[in-house]
Amino acid sequence: MAKRSFAILAVVVVLATMVAACRPAPQALKVAILAPLSGDVATFGASTRDGAMLAIEEWNAKGGLLGRQIEAVVEDSQCEAEPAASAANKVINQDRVKFIIGEVCSKASIPVSEIATANKVLQISPTSTNPKVTVDEAGNAKPTIFRACFIDPFQGTVGAKFALEELGAKTAAVLLDQGNDYVRGLAEFFRDAFEAGGGKVVVWETYTAGDTDFTAILTKVKDANPDILYLPDYYSTVNIIATQANQMGIAAVKLGGDGWDSPELDQAALAGGFFTNHYSSEDTRPVVQDFVKKYQAKYGSVPDALAALAYDAANILFMAIQQAGTDDPVKVAQTMEKGMFSVVSGDITFDEQHNPKKCAVLLEVSPEKVSYRATVCP
Amino acid sequence: MSVAIEARRMEQRMLRRRNGMVLNRISQVLFILAGILVLYSVGRAAAANPTVFFQQILNGFQLGFIYALIALGYTMVYGIVKLINFAHGDVFMVGAFVSFFTISLLNLHQWPLTVWPGMNPTAATVLGTVTVILVSMITCASLGVTMERFAYRPLRAMPRIAALITAIGVSFFLEYFGGLPFVFTNNYITYPRPFNVFVLNADMIPPLWLGILWGMCAIAATVYGVLKIWGSRGNARAQAWQRNPLLQFGMLFGGFLGVALTIIWLTPRLVRAHFDLTASNAMLIIMGISVILLVILQYIVRYTRIGKAMRASAYDKPTSRLMGINVDMVIAATFALAGGLAGAGGVLFATAYNRIHHLMGIIPGLKAFISAVIGGIGSIPGAFVGALIMGLVEVLSAGLISSPMRDAVAFSLLIIVLLIRPQGIFGEAPGEKV
Amino acid sequence: MRQFLRNTNVTFLAGAGLVFIIVQALINLGILNPYWQGVIFWGAAITMVSLGLNLIYGFNGQFSLGQYGFYAIGAYASADITYRWVRNDPSALVVVIFGSILALIFMLGVNAFLRRFYGVFTPTKFLLNFLAAVLGFFLAVRFVNPAIGQSLYQALNGLPSGISQQIVFFLALVGGATLAGIVSYLLGIPVLELGSDYFGIATLGFTIIVKVLLDNTDTILPFPEMKGARGMVGIPKWTTWPWVFFSFIAVVLVMRNLLHSSTGRAILSVREDERAAELMGIDTTSQKIMAFVVGSVFAGLAGGIRAHDLAFLHPTTFGFLPSFNPLIIIVFGGLGSMTGTIITGFFWIFLLEGVLRLYLPEGFETWRFVIYPIVLLLMMLLRPQGLMGRYEIAFLRRPLPPPKKEPSLAQKLIPEAGEVKA
Repeated sequence: MAKRSFAILAVVVVLATMVAACRPAPQALKVAILAPLSGDVATFGASTRDGAMLAIEEWNAKGGLLGRQIEAVVEDSQCEAEPAASAANKVINQDRVKFIIGEVCSKASIPVSEIATANKVLQISPTSTNPKVTVDEAGNAKPTIFRACFIDPFQGTVGAKFALEELGAKTAAVLLDQGNDYVRGLAEFFRDAFEAGGGKVVVWETYTAGDTDFTAILTKVKDANPDILYLPDYYSTVNIIATQANQMGIAAVKLGGDGWDSPELDQAALAGGFFTNHYSSEDTRPVVQDFVKKYQAKYGSVPDALAALAYDAANILFMAIQQAGTDDPVKVAQTMEKGMFSVVSGDITFDEQHNPKKCAVLLEVSPEKVSYRATVCP
Repeated sequence: MSVAIEARRMEQRMLRRRNGMVLNRISQVLFILAGILVLYSVGRAAAANPTVFFQQILNGFQLGFIYALIALGYTMVYGIVKLINFAHGDVFMVGAFVSFFTISLLNLHQWPLTVWPGMNPTAATVLGTVTVILVSMITCASLGVTMERFAYRPLRAMPRIAALITAIGVSFFLEYFGGLPFVFTNNYITYPRPFNVFVLNADMIPPLWLGILWGMCAIAATVYGVLKIWGSRGNARAQAWQRNPLLQFGMLFGGFLGVALTIIWLTPRLVRAHFDLTASNAMLIIMGISVILLVILQYIVRYTRIGKAMRASAYDKPTSRLMGINVDMVIAATFALAGGLAGAGGVLFATAYNRIHHLMGIIPGLKAFISAVIGGIGSIPGAFVGALIMGLVEVLSAGLISSPMRDAVAFSLLIIVLLIRPQGIFGEAPGEKV
Repeated sequence: MRQFLRNTNVTFLAGAGLVFIIVQALINLGILNPYWQGVIFWGAAITMVSLGLNLIYGFNGQFSLGQYGFYAIGAYASADITYRWVRNDPSALVVVIFGSILALIFMLGVNAFLRRFYGVFTPTKFLLNFLAAVLGFFLAVRFVNPAIGQSLYQALNGLPSGISQQIVFFLALVGGATLAGIVSYLLGIPVLELGSDYFGIATLGFTIIVKVLLDNTDTILPFPEMKGARGMVGIPKWTTWPWVFFSFIAVVLVMRNLLHSSTGRAILSVREDERAAELMGIDTTSQKIMAFVVGSVFAGLAGGIRAHDLAFLHPTTFGFLPSFNPLIIIVFGGLGSMTGTIITGFFWIFLLEGVLRLYLPEGFETWRFVIYPIVLLLMMLLRPQGLMGRYEIAFLRRPLPPPKKEPSLAQKLIPEAGEVKA
């Protein structure tokens, strides 16, 4: 008896799946949002989702896109390559999504971009700064992959120049997660720019994601006594490295990239540090202040760069779809290559490698707040 | 071909075989050479930059003492029920999270100041920290007992694999149940410490401290030596006193803290280095608390009724049952002790490294388990020594090779130890298995 | 005719053929979308890994946690072969294939040499075999590859592209599996001596060492294309349903025939009572190594299949937590039951990665890993021998004589009364 009911159950499950697989195409225009809602960098995911959802709601309130409502498929991709790849496979093959906003982290965006290219799905990443996201191994742009932010060669150079010129640094120590494309790329670009500018990288140490004990490599940093401690990782790791560095009495100025931008940044531990970022909510341009106001009204907090860029990425995508007048990803991609889009972070055009030309801002961390320091344009 | 010819041929082949001892000697020489090479390169690194090397040794001690607390639990549980309790690392994680909540939500680390606002702040911090650790220990002890009662006890009569799979199941359950957003969340959390961490360097250490610590160690060692001589002459009372926990405490506490502080105090005076050796107060507190808990544990196992019952049950369960020992109760008590130690380890780990996560227990748990195996599973001093070796090896390999290789080196150490001495450093040689 | 139909071989092959045709038809008709295809392929891969573990643990009684290490070795080795091949570099193919052949020859030589001695310690044996394997691969890298690499590449590329691709894929799968087998042999020599728990711990350590090395393929090991902990991308997606099906059937048949042979009985005897088996003249050490190596070869083959289906490899796939999956599958299915392993293996992936992933409401995916330990605990409490126990379908059942009936007391006393004549 038990065997038969088991068999029936199995058959029902199989049939249910088949039926589900054969559902008729829905009317809504589906857009996938891949963001790290849990794990290492959960605040990135929450901001990205909120920013993109704000844009979707505004468009839906205006009557949708191509006469269709926009429906978001949100997937948690954890800022990890493997979950992101399986989430991308799921939204493309199962939900039949043609447009992906995300991922946030470069190391997750790169596998997603491979899958999206293979399936001719348009992907626009709000904040993945590694060059390899939009460019394949041969150096050609992937036809349907875009981003809404600057890239790491620029960001690393800005950081290195700031260190050399403003802070007068001669030596730097770089600690990097070798398994993270973003961290590794940014660290390498920083090193190249720093050494080209006459500085010297005295410590170059790698660690693995999820490490908690950094004392062994920080001991080497302490021995080398550098002027700058460059930490190009995400906020959660930077917090713990900074705390342990302070605990060992390392006095170097801490410097970082846009991965620091989070309400959970440990400002006390990183006080006196600087980081490069995409935008500052203190920017006085009306379009920025308008966005900050709308976002605050809806979510009750000041939007960080992740939210702003997700909002931008969604808007660029929807404008391009509207201009193309079709939901065919390849045609939309062609429109995107040619067009100019006015969004919160400025008027955006894409170069031949699908990167927008944008300025970076430098922010200073103090125990109380993160304040605007300078803007650097390419 | 007839069977007889085949047998004859076999016999001849057997007779022609030569003694393989020559080959064994050659391979032993090769292995020893490899070992010497490793030691030589470590020694050369130490000579090249002694301050960095000593600093790494201190870092290794900090890690090793935390592993020791977890390893003790593993070794006790394995000693009595022969179960690799994979969930033990997750009890450690729960300990860290419990202290996180008591600190961030209940402000428990500041309760003395809220009750008596005029209290001496140092005394208040000590009292608050101890309370936080105790709360974690008690919670984890009850978690250990619950686990034992509902997951392991019903399976005790079944094959060991059933219990092992259950342990893996419990471990997964704790990890992912803890990862649910309304339980602990699956994000990395910056840990608010119960006390302020500050850096100690050579100038901040009064020589008086060193004197006291070394004095403690020396007095305890002298008394121990005298008692040992008396004991070897047949004095039963001396033999009993020789194992007094106070003596152990004096030797271990005085010895380890003394060595650590002396290294810090002495190095800048001997070596011309451009940076000071430092230790945070967290490191010293970790060492101190670990030693205290270890001594308490030794006391419980040696002197109390329950400890004697534990040793009896570990040795022979059916017989101890016949002797009137409630083996179920004893096993539950073992799990409680193990859980308590892991809870304390969790608080100390979080305090030292400042970050907690729902999967943080896996790797420290495994490494602690390996420490227990290296030291000889079932042996309490073995777990302690194994954990210190583990911490040192890990930090030195991170410092000398590269940080990502630390796990590989740690686990290679396991395989090497298993090959050379499968019973571990302090373990007894396994009897003939039948 | 009826006799013919009752033949289990025929029914099994017919059933398997039917499954093959149905799934192929569903794929061709587009009913089975790529996601569900992936689930089926994944199920097949994990089942092969679990069958290997069942051979090691369920049938041979050696508690191993190292299966995922061999899975990883097979996956990365075969992926590297095809990755380099499609980028016009035959070196990985040549090195893995010819290196394995040379290493195997040298290891055979070493073992023949060692047989002339008595009282050789295990570390000595390990060291000599290890040196032999290293020498084999060294020669392949240093001499064979420069000598024949390019000409082999030209020769294979001279064939029509479809055929050369299939040949390379086949060689990649074989190469990955062989490499896993060689590594498992080298590991097995020392650690199989340790016995139950310690063997488990040592193999667990091996899994973690493999994972750490994969994390460092581009920094410490010289394989920049594997990209270390950043994940290997750009592997050609060559796994198709026929490849999955035929490797799966091959694994099942090899394992079945092995278990039905006299070697298989020797393997089983080690599980039942090692001491007794040794007294009966069975070389238990070599039986254990045999089972361990064959099980690992299965895992390596599955790794190749999985790598070329996913087209993306990441070390965390082979980390500590997932490495328990095969163990849990074989325990669920029943230790020592191939049928049970096959059913649970497929059902496991189908449920966890297919149904629960898609149909649990958003935000509840993490609940999967809360629910399944509970199911596991209940399972251990209520049915510790696994769903199937030691049941096998007719085709896989070992051809044993039917159990003798215990003669009744009357029969024992008066043998003529019954028909029992033993």
